Amino acid sequence: MRFNIYRYNPDVDAKPRMQFYDVAMEPTDRMLLDALMRIKMEDDTFAFRRSCREGVCGSDAMNINGKNGLACITKLADVREPVEIRPLPGLPVIRDLIVDMSQFFKQYHSIKPYVVNDTPPPEKERLQSPEDREELNGLYECILCACCSTSCPSFWWNPDKFVGPAGLLQAYRFIADTRDQAVNERLDNLEDPYRLFRCHSIMNCVDVCPKNLNPTRAIGKIKDLLLKRTV
Amino acid sequence: MAIATRQFDAVVVGAGGSGLRAALQLAESNLKVAVLTKVFPTRSHTVAAQGGVSASLGNEEPDNWHWHMYDTVKGSDYLGDQDAIEFMCRKACDAVVELEHYGMPFDRLDNGKIYQRPFGGHTSNYGERAIKRACAAADRTGHAMLHTLYQRNVRARTQFFVEWMALDLIRNQQGDVLGVIALEMETGEVMILQAKATLLATGGAGRIYSASTNAFINTGDGLGMAARAGIPLEDMEFWQFHPTGVAGAGVLITEGVRGEGGFLLNKNGERFMERYAPTVKDLASRDVVSRAMATEIKEGRGAGKDGEYILLKLDHLGADVIDKRLPGIREIAKKFANVDPATDPIPVVPTCHYQMGGVPTNVQGQAIMPDGKGGEKIVKGLYAAGECACVSVHGANRLGTNSLLDLLVFGKSAGEQVVKDIAGDVVSMPDLPADAADKTMARLARLDSASSGERVSEVGAEMRRTMQAHCGVFRFPDSMAEGVKKMLEVAERAKNTYIQDKSKVFNTARVEALELDNLIEVALSTMISANARQESRGAHDRSDFPDRDDVKWMKHTLWYKEGNRLDYKPVQLKPLTVESFEPKARVY
Repeated sequence: MRFNIYRYNPDVDAKPRMQFYDVAMEPTDRMLLDALMRIKMEDDTFAFRRSCREGVCGSDAMNINGKNGLACITKLADVREPVEIRPLPGLPVIRDLIVDMSQFFKQYHSIKPYVVNDTPPPEKERLQSPEDREELNGLYECILCACCSTSCPSFWWNPDKFVGPAGLLQAYRFIADTRDQAVNERLDNLEDPYRLFRCHSIMNCVDVCPKNLNPTRAIGKIKDLLLKRTV
Repeated sequence: MAIATRQFDAVVVGAGGSGLRAALQLAESNLKVAVLTKVFPTRSHTVAAQGGVSASLGNEEPDNWHWHMYDTVKGSDYLGDQDAIEFMCRKACDAVVELEHYGMPFDRLDNGKIYQRPFGGHTSNYGERAIKRACAAADRTGHAMLHTLYQRNVRARTQFFVEWMALDLIRNQQGDVLGVIALEMETGEVMILQAKATLLATGGAGRIYSASTNAFINTGDGLGMAARAGIPLEDMEFWQFHPTGVAGAGVLITEGVRGEGGFLLNKNGERFMERYAPTVKDLASRDVVSRAMATEIKEGRGAGKDGEYILLKLDHLGADVIDKRLPGIREIAKKFANVDPATDPIPVVPTCHYQMGGVPTNVQGQAIMPDGKGGEKIVKGLYAAGECACVSVHGANRLGTNSLLDLLVFGKSAGEQVVKDIAGDVVSMPDLPADAADKTMARLARLDSASSGERVSEVGAEMRRTMQAHCGVFRFPDSMAEGVKKMLEVAERAKNTYIQDKSKVFNTARVEALELDNLIEVALSTMISANARQESRGAHDRSDFPDRDDVKWMKHTLWYKEGNRLDYKPVQLKPLTVESFEPKARVY
């Protein structure tokens, strides 16, 4: 198969370039990650992140033929050749497909991603009905791969001010948790022309999420709660 | 010394479940702590755990820690230390409740309590029947747990050194551990992190086998570091082969599938586990099920074109239950096996999954080793928890869901001990020896200057093939002896690896070469320890000694890198407060 891959090593390259690779695939090679690893076997200067190889750790997010996805669960049979692979858009490139994700995690941290509950913890678990627990489905499964935020034009323009779809999905994950007592503070934290309202429902995030989550819907729910609070 | 040095009270190496749980304990103590991790914390392999975390909450049916303890002792094939097992099982409920208070999104019962499902080897009333003890968040329990622990660390303002790989331990003449030498991957710079306490939480090394459920990062870095520093590795011959890895791909399919009512079939459509484990059938412990599957395949009853796999049937659970309790499995099966388990069975094979052995520790996470006078001594300044440690609660075979519990309980107790030892001046900040980083720098310099040699990927592949062929589910004397010979050769080849990439910034070729050094230590220790153990116990099954031999072999192996020397120490049969469980035949 033929691949065209973004290469940039600040130690040796003056500027980024694209490099073609022709790879003889084996019948056992199923996913794009298998191909990338074959390339690395031949050219060990090619750098990318990878770990679990089953779509749950979020390491190998990249831009594949123009669309963000995880290499380990992108089937080779589903990609058109030559397969063009670039780093996630909008984040500073450290090297090859490895981007600096500090800004992304800073936004995630900014929403206080932990349950806030200052009542003394009971001896046993805090109770939660199955229905209330169900509210967390479609939210808690996020793997922080950044496919969504780095496909969002609003995040590209304002990565320092707009929380982005991943962070907002998690903001709603804690708002929706019946055990959390900080809903008002969370809403205060987001009531801002940039932090939340830069979302214009473009829905690229929904389109690319490898876990089939829906940040746009979660953002809509936060907006609803803010609206309800004002009336 | 030219290398930059920073000082901390404590350095934690690894930010998976045990590292994060320990870090929380340290964060509450006002100590200066650095948590090093070669991947962003939520990318650690704990994230891939699926089925649940065990605790005798009794939310579904009566249960108590003593039953859990019995199951764990029996599951370990009586190689687990009963004091450590009591310690863990007694603390299980508090550990899980605490995690719930941290915000863990457990599934719930109608009464609002945590949902629990059956799991292999967990029984009620000392082996009577399967019990619901596994606390679950769908089939993403590890993911939910790792994220919850990370989130709690964000709240606690833990200082992470993300994408830093620890390379070696620093030990002085007295044998005290004084910190680590580490590589910042982004810059390629090497730094000494000097610390009063160094806690290894580096996980397992399942990547020594070709067919593995493990992530690529599971390269046994802490074990390699310990071995090179002269610390023995305990019980390395015991590797768990999980019954249900996706055939060909290795990706894990949780035992929770069988907990929810799925079962295994051979090519004749026979539910063969009824023959091997009449009481709990498909919910026997993992070594038993994996051996049964391998036997079916060996005797020509495997499914598939070449009879190479077993079928895991769960369509009878119905799409609703599958989507509610096993949604991740449905996704994985579709992606990696091209089947929808709501209609078709999943092709599975026993796949390397978990390392029962590791750095020997006591229940407080302190590393221990023989003192040369017939007793044991604490290695001052060194602690270990989680899969990289051998405390030993899993003995010769771990029960499903006991690994996540292990991370919580021993991550916390190790963290507590670090705090206590620092407060009590038990550990201090002795001067660094002048040659602290010499060996590490020499290793790096060799890689940087080598202009030819063996490819890291090729030596790694040879190691994995050797381990797979000579140290698998069934072990044969001649084959093991040959495996030892081959592994010694592979280890020599690993000293002569070569990388094309000599640059500094995020040099993943260098990282992989350094990881191979660690894998080699683990593979060697496994092969040599296995070859020496002349009995069959838990996950170690050899054809020439088919029975457990409690007279000669109820003891822990200790492997030392220097001279590949083996030593042994007794199993702790005496629990902390209760009566011992006497060894008996293991029937499920």
